[in-house]
Amino acid sequence: MFKYITRRLIVTLITVLGATIILFIIIQFLPGDPATVILGPRATPEIIEEVRAKMWLDRPVHIQLVRFLYNIVRGDLGTDVLNYMPVSTLVFNALPYTIVLAITSILIASVVGIPLGTYAAAYKNSLPDKITGLLSISMIAIPSFLAGVLFLLFFSVYLDWFPAMGGGKEGDILSQIWHLILPASSLALGWIGYIARIMRASVLEEMTEDYVRTARSKGLTLRKVIFKHVLRGALIPVIAVIGVGFGNLLGGAVITEIIFHRPGLGTLIYNAIQSRNYPIVQGGLIIAVLLYSLVNLLADLSYGFIDPRVRSD
Amino acid sequence: MSKKLNFLFEFIEAIRESNIRRVFSEPLGLLGFLLILFLVLIALFASSIAPYSPSDIDIANRLAKPSSEHLFGTDNLGRDVFSRLVFGSRIALTVPILTISFGIVLAIFFGLIAGYSSERVGNMFLVMFDIIKSFPALLFAMTIIALTGSNLFVLIIIIGITRFPAYARLIRAQTLRVKGKEYVVAAKAIGASVFKIMYKHILPNVIGPIFIQAAMDIPVVITFVAALSFLGLGVPPPTPSWGTMIKTGYSFIRIAPWMVIYGGIVLIWATLGFTLFGEALRDNLDPRLNRQR
Repeated sequence: MFKYITRRLIVTLITVLGATIILFIIIQFLPGDPATVILGPRATPEIIEEVRAKMWLDRPVHIQLVRFLYNIVRGDLGTDVLNYMPVSTLVFNALPYTIVLAITSILIASVVGIPLGTYAAAYKNSLPDKITGLLSISMIAIPSFLAGVLFLLFFSVYLDWFPAMGGGKEGDILSQIWHLILPASSLALGWIGYIARIMRASVLEEMTEDYVRTARSKGLTLRKVIFKHVLRGALIPVIAVIGVGFGNLLGGAVITEIIFHRPGLGTLIYNAIQSRNYPIVQGGLIIAVLLYSLVNLLADLSYGFIDPRVRSD
Repeated sequence: MSKKLNFLFEFIEAIRESNIRRVFSEPLGLLGFLLILFLVLIALFASSIAPYSPSDIDIANRLAKPSSEHLFGTDNLGRDVFSRLVFGSRIALTVPILTISFGIVLAIFFGLIAGYSSERVGNMFLVMFDIIKSFPALLFAMTIIALTGSNLFVLIIIIGITRFPAYARLIRAQTLRVKGKEYVVAAKAIGASVFKIMYKHILPNVIGPIFIQAAMDIPVVITFVAALSFLGLGVPPPTPSWGTMIKTGYSFIRIAPWMVIYGGIVLIWATLGFTLFGEALRDNLDPRLNRQR
């Protein structure tokens, strides 16, 4: 187990470092000089030279890279070139919105998907089971950004039940929850299908265990056996899958945020790309990679903890 | 030439001997196949099916409602939505196929080396695969394409790179399995070069499972390309693409919802078709699942 954790930790570290260096290289290859971008086309050569010196752009590339990494370790992600705000402030203001969106989606997906899968397994091969199966695969096949657009169209434009944009009023929890429902459900849709299928398979596998037969022959009803015994064992793989999926969910959250004009990491990076505000793109991506790697690390570790076979891979 | 043909015959024979028929006897597998077939036919005969040219601009008729004249309405430039969707199927099908092919080529190269070399080197490759896999693919693709400008070539390269580790892992695992087999040892004994052993003797025996994985990946890539196009970073205009059309529809969602609705239906049709068919393929052909059947 120790060896497994060490290996995963090293891979995570290398990933974050590798991604950061790749980002640095990408920014190096940018069309146009960052100093010129900041100062605009009318800046005199002297001023450009001064700003370049201030940004260390006149030093050799490897020195710039070391300084870049050193700053990141200190928590300095650079300064936004349009409003001169520290990028770290912008990123950490946006981050909670994204995390709340992702967690709410996974909650919705679990609350709907787990009972659906359990029900399908309990009545295996019945009509409701088959309908659930078809529904699950259809939900998996719908891209989450499309689900977002269609939800927006039906629930917000046609029915006018939910607000179409924004993250809700600051400090007003109810309004924020109200604004969260549509994006979170559209992001959750595919995961409902996914979790329902895994839950079904997991319950079915658990039902073949000896203790289930014992409990049944003791005279317990199917419902009691499932609720009291089977669910506990069957939930373990689902929890592991949710952990692994959380990282992917963060990726999907990016587009969902853009569709619903919700504040968050995705919107921040997307808007920064549009306005060529590279320090924000860079800083946002670094935090995204970090978050993504950490979530994956945690999921892998918990997976290895639950299933010993994983560790020996 | 005849050798190549032989390989083709062997391939067809292998398919006939395999359980491919079972895929079509499953209702969902068959449904998936029919959805794909229909789509392929539409893409092939797009120019005879579409009533208008996909790029004909008709400003007087912009954002026209669906009617007998324009079956699915028109977009913000007065272009016929139905015709654009029909032509969009070409891009929707070719980009994932090119992307996945590129991914498979990368995977064959790295996967064979990783499997055939020593354990230490193999582990280094595994770490590399893990690193690439753990990048937030969409965010990275978004950034790189935003910087380079959207063009199909870059799109295919980037998505191919993000997808290849999964295939490479499979090839590595399969290579590990066959590299101690007698025919490989025999080839080594008669002095075949490493290159020849890898590509002539190992590759044909490890490539099978990749196709199943690739089939399962097609809907993922279709979605990925559509999502990037939706952000304005995928297929560059004026090429008709479903993602771009859904984006346009999204901008006019309150006054012209038909673009989003029909674009969405077509996109779901494609992803659903490939998902159903891919799963039926996996369930019936993947030897790793045979135990459980």
